[in-house]
Amino acid sequence: MQQVKTILLSKSVFEDNDARAEILRSELREKRVCLVNVMSSPGSGKTTLLVALINALKHSFNIGVMEADIDSDKDAVTVAEKTGVRSIQLHTGGMCHLDADMTRQGLSELGEGLNLIFLENVGNLVCPAEYDTGATVNMVILSVPEGNDKPLKYPLVFENSELAVITKTDALPYFDFDMDECKEYIKIRNPKASVIAVSAKTGDNMDELVNWFIRRLSER
Amino acid sequence: MHELGIVMNVVEQVDKIAADNKALKVAGITMEIGEVSTIVPELFLDAFNWAKKRTEYLKEAELEMIIIEGRTYCRACGETYRTTEFGKKCPHCGSPDTYLLTGDQVIIKDISAVFEQEEAEE
Repeated sequence: MQQVKTILLSKSVFEDNDARAEILRSELREKRVCLVNVMSSPGSGKTTLLVALINALKHSFNIGVMEADIDSDKDAVTVAEKTGVRSIQLHTGGMCHLDADMTRQGLSELGEGLNLIFLENVGNLVCPAEYDTGATVNMVILSVPEGNDKPLKYPLVFENSELAVITKTDALPYFDFDMDECKEYIKIRNPKASVIAVSAKTGDNMDELVNWFIRRLSER
Repeated sequence: MHELGIVMNVVEQVDKIAADNKALKVAGITMEIGEVSTIVPELFLDAFNWAKKRTEYLKEAELEMIIIEGRTYCRACGETYRTTEFGKKCPHCGSPDTYLLTGDQVIIKDISAVFEQEEAEE
């Protein structure tokens, strides 16, 4: 004979991951490691921006990079070649995001002795925002060609990011991109967010971004 | 295919719960899915029906989804309104100083599991 019983759960799907992320975050804090989770659409120029940022910061910090992609190790090779910092590729095996466990595995693969680690999440504005990686800083990149209304279309990633970087400002003359409106939309989603507009290609305003990181790292 | 990642998460969690509780199999899962959770219910169901075949206990499980309406609260006037209709801006007073009360949840509410009948106590 068989019987059917109901097991009550009322449990958020993200609860387990959130708990694991919180543990990872406090471990990183104890070790004085700052983990930066970089989120954006595909093609926003994440890798180019990271290369410029790392080259400006690498003499002050011990930097490591984890590149997450569904497949291929192109980004990890590019970053390693152009910056010389320790860089590994994480494959998500078809998944559109990284979770706290995958991040932890990547960190142990990357090794000890680093104090600033960039995690380049999968190019996607939806899923990475839902899965807490355990990062110290969540950063979102929005490039000029994508349009200034992205913060309205993908609210969560902007709500969860303390730093929003608008990239490819060198392309402003060629696009109908309203910078003031964009900043306003980001502030609607997250009034506390820092918003910095740069061009990694020309180096325009990169100083402000570099200084933001120096300031943020001194707060640890 | 963003639903698939979440579905994989759900089936793994429920499979483990079934094993921990020594169930024979899972007959059904009830989930609460918020209107503004970014999940498309039809895609979620398709992904679930694909993923369940790859589990130990969920092969015959039916998924029931309860959709939770998105409601936003306005700090300026204290009113609430339907999020999908008006978004971030309060339709009562026009203020953007609002926050989501409910409607972004993705919750496994309960599962109905099949057990071997226990011997009736004498």
